[in-house]
Amino acid sequence: MAAQQEIAIHADQVSRHYTMGTTQVRAVDQVTLSANAGEFLAILGASGSGKSTLLNLIAGLDRPTAGAIFAQGKNLATMNSQELARHRSSTVGMVFQSFQLLPRMTLEENVELPLRLAEVERNERNQRVKEALERVHLSARLTHRPTEMSGGEQQRAALARALVNRPSILLADEPTGNLDSVTGEEIMNLLQEINQTLGMTILIVTHERPMAERFAHRLALMGDGKLMSDGHRR
Amino acid sequence: MKVRDMTELAVRNLRESMLRNSLTTLGVAVGVASLVAMLSLGVGLQELASKRLSRSGLFDAVFVTTQGNFREFGRSRPRTAASGDPRVLDGDARHDLAHLPGVTEVYPDVRFATEVRYQGTPYATMVAGVPASGLASGAFDGMQGKFFSSGNADEAILQVEFAREITPQTETLVGKNLELRYAERQALPAEPDPRASVGSTASKKTEKPPADTHGSSPAAEQTPPPQGDDASPLGGGFSIVPRQKMLRIVGVVDSEPAAGFGGIARGRVFIPLQVAEALRATQANDLRDALRGRTGKPSYLSLTVRVDGPSKVKDVEAAIKQMGFATFSLLDATKNIRLVFAVFDVLLGIFGSLALVVSSLGIINTLVMAILDRRREIGVLKALGAADGDIQKLFFVEAGAMGFLGGLLGVVFGWLIGRALTLALNIYLRKQELPGIDVTSVPWWLAAGAIAFAVVVSLIAGMYPASRAAKLNPVEALRYE
Repeated sequence: MAAQQEIAIHADQVSRHYTMGTTQVRAVDQVTLSANAGEFLAILGASGSGKSTLLNLIAGLDRPTAGAIFAQGKNLATMNSQELARHRSSTVGMVFQSFQLLPRMTLEENVELPLRLAEVERNERNQRVKEALERVHLSARLTHRPTEMSGGEQQRAALARALVNRPSILLADEPTGNLDSVTGEEIMNLLQEINQTLGMTILIVTHERPMAERFAHRLALMGDGKLMSDGHRR
Repeated sequence: MKVRDMTELAVRNLRESMLRNSLTTLGVAVGVASLVAMLSLGVGLQELASKRLSRSGLFDAVFVTTQGNFREFGRSRPRTAASGDPRVLDGDARHDLAHLPGVTEVYPDVRFATEVRYQGTPYATMVAGVPASGLASGAFDGMQGKFFSSGNADEAILQVEFAREITPQTETLVGKNLELRYAERQALPAEPDPRASVGSTASKKTEKPPADTHGSSPAAEQTPPPQGDDASPLGGGFSIVPRQKMLRIVGVVDSEPAAGFGGIARGRVFIPLQVAEALRATQANDLRDALRGRTGKPSYLSLTVRVDGPSKVKDVEAAIKQMGFATFSLLDATKNIRLVFAVFDVLLGIFGSLALVVSSLGIINTLVMAILDRRREIGVLKALGAADGDIQKLFFVEAGAMGFLGGLLGVVFGWLIGRALTLALNIYLRKQELPGIDVTSVPWWLAAGAIAFAVVVSLIAGMYPASRAAKLNPVEALRYE
C-alpha cells in the first residue's frame, strides 16, 4: 500500500465563487481535500452542493477563485490554458453522467479522439483503442455509433475513452446517474476493477450513497460548497 | 493536434452539416466566380488588344530609314564620321541590321504604282510586297481564299475594294489570273562620263528569286540584295523596261496588312515580298538615288526590322541609331496601353471582390451557427485535452476548407461565365459577319490567385467564430443541451 501514501490530488482551501446577477454564489468554498494515489474516493452531496464544480476544478476544466489544486504535485491554479489542456489530456481522464460521446463518430473514433488530441502516433493508436475497449468489454462494437448502443454500453465506451490515454487519475461525474441500478452497478464494478488492476486514482461524484459506500475506499460529503465530512469507509 | 488529424476532423464536421456548408461554399463560389469573370474579361481584353497590336507588327518593329530621308520624322541626324554623308540603307546595311541581337527579320517596303489587267481590262493600282510573317498580323484572318502558298509563288491577294472594282462578286476572282504590268529597272553598263547616265543602281537580270526572307533560319542569312543588283558595276544608270507577269489570284482581303510603318500609298494588290523584290520594279527611291548621283550600292527606301518582342525594341532602336540610321517605333504607346488595362483590371477586381466580401458574411454566419450546434462537442474536446488553440485552428481549417472549395468551384463557374460571354459575343459577331474573338481569359495566375484570395477572405471571416469557439467555457459547453 506504499503507493497509497503518495498524494495524487490535493485541493488546498479551494474556492470557486461566481456572480449571478447581483448574487455571489459560493459553489465551492474553502475546501481542502486530498486523494492518495490508487485511492477510490467518492464525493457525495445533494444537487448544488458543489461536488461537480470541485471535480471540474480538479479536472482543470475550471479555475479556482482562491486556493490551490495540486495534481501529481503540480498546481493547476498557476497553469496556463495550454498546460491545463495537457493536464486534461494526459493526467486525468473524465467520465460524465450523460456520456458525452460524439454521436457522429463510431465507437472506435470516439475512443481514438483523446489520442488525436494528445498527438499519439497513428500506428500506436489502434492498439491503444483495442486495449481500452477490451478493458470495458466492447471490442465487438468498434464500428457502432453511440445511438446504436445502450446507456450502459455508452458509459463503458466513455470509460474506454477516458482510459485510452493511460491517465493516472480518473474523474467520474455521476457515472451512474443516467443508468438503471443494474447497469449502474456494472459500471461501478468496472471502475473498481480499473482501480484495483491499474492502481488508478478514482474520484467519483455521486449522490447515490449506498453505491458509493459499496465501492469507494473513502467518502467525502459536501454541502453548500463546503466539505462537510471526509472519512474512510473502510 | 496534428495537421492531418485536424483536417480529418474539419472535413468530418463539414460533411456533418452538408446542406448548410454546401450553401455557404456555394456563396463563396458565386463570389469568386464574379471576381474571376470580371478579371477574366479584363485579362481577356488586354490579351486580345496586346495580341492584335503585337500581330499588327507595330509594337515589335523598328522602322529604319537613311538619315536625312524625308521619313526621318525630325529626328537628329548624326552623320558617319568617314564621309559626313548619311549611311546608305543598302544590302550591307540590311545584312548588319539582321545581325543585331534580338532581330528576327529585316525586310524592305516594296510598293509601286502600276497597272494590272483582268480579262483584258486595265486597272491602275498600287502593288505591295507582303512578307510571309504578314500572315501572323491577323489582317488576313477571315479572308476569302487563302494566303500565298509560298514566299515565291506567282500569286496575288486583292484588297476587297479593288476587287469590287473588278466585279461585285469578289469571291469569283479567287483562282483567276491577273496580269501585272510594271516598269522594270535594267542596269546600263557603266559609262566613263557620269553625266551621260543617271547615277543609280544597276540591275543584273536574273530569274532566280531572292532567298526566302521569312523562314526560321537566322535573319542574317535571309538578306536578298536590294532591287537592282549590287554585284553589277554602278554608276552606269538604269533604263526602264516594261514587263508583264501573270499572277493567280488566291484571295481577297478586307484590309491591308500592316507590315511596318512605311508605304507611300495603300497597297491594293498584294504579292509575296520575294516576288515583289525579284520584279525589280521601279520605285520612288530609284529616282532619288539617281538625282543624288549616288555612286554607291543600290539602296532601300526603308527597312522594317522586326524584333523578338516589344521589350527589345528600345535596345535594337538604339543600336540602329548607333549605326547611323534614322528609326521610328511605337514603343511608348504600349506603356500607356498597359497602364490603361492595369487601371481597368483593378476596377474590375474591386467590383468582383464585393461579391466575395458579401459571401464571407455567409461563412461567419455558418461558423457562428456551427458553434451553437457544436457547443457541447467543443466542451467534450476541451475535456479530452484540446487546447484553445486546437479549437481555434479547427474552425480556421473549416473556414479555409470552405474558402478553398468555394474558390475552386468559383474559378470553374467564372471560367464558364467567361465562356458563355465569349459564345454569346461570337454569335452576335457572326451575325454581323465579323470574325470571332475570345474576350475572356483565365490564366493560371488568376485561377490560383482567386482561390488564394477566397481562402484568405474565408480565414478572415473565420477569425471571429474561431476565437469565440476557442474561448468557450468547457464546463458551460458540457452542460449545454
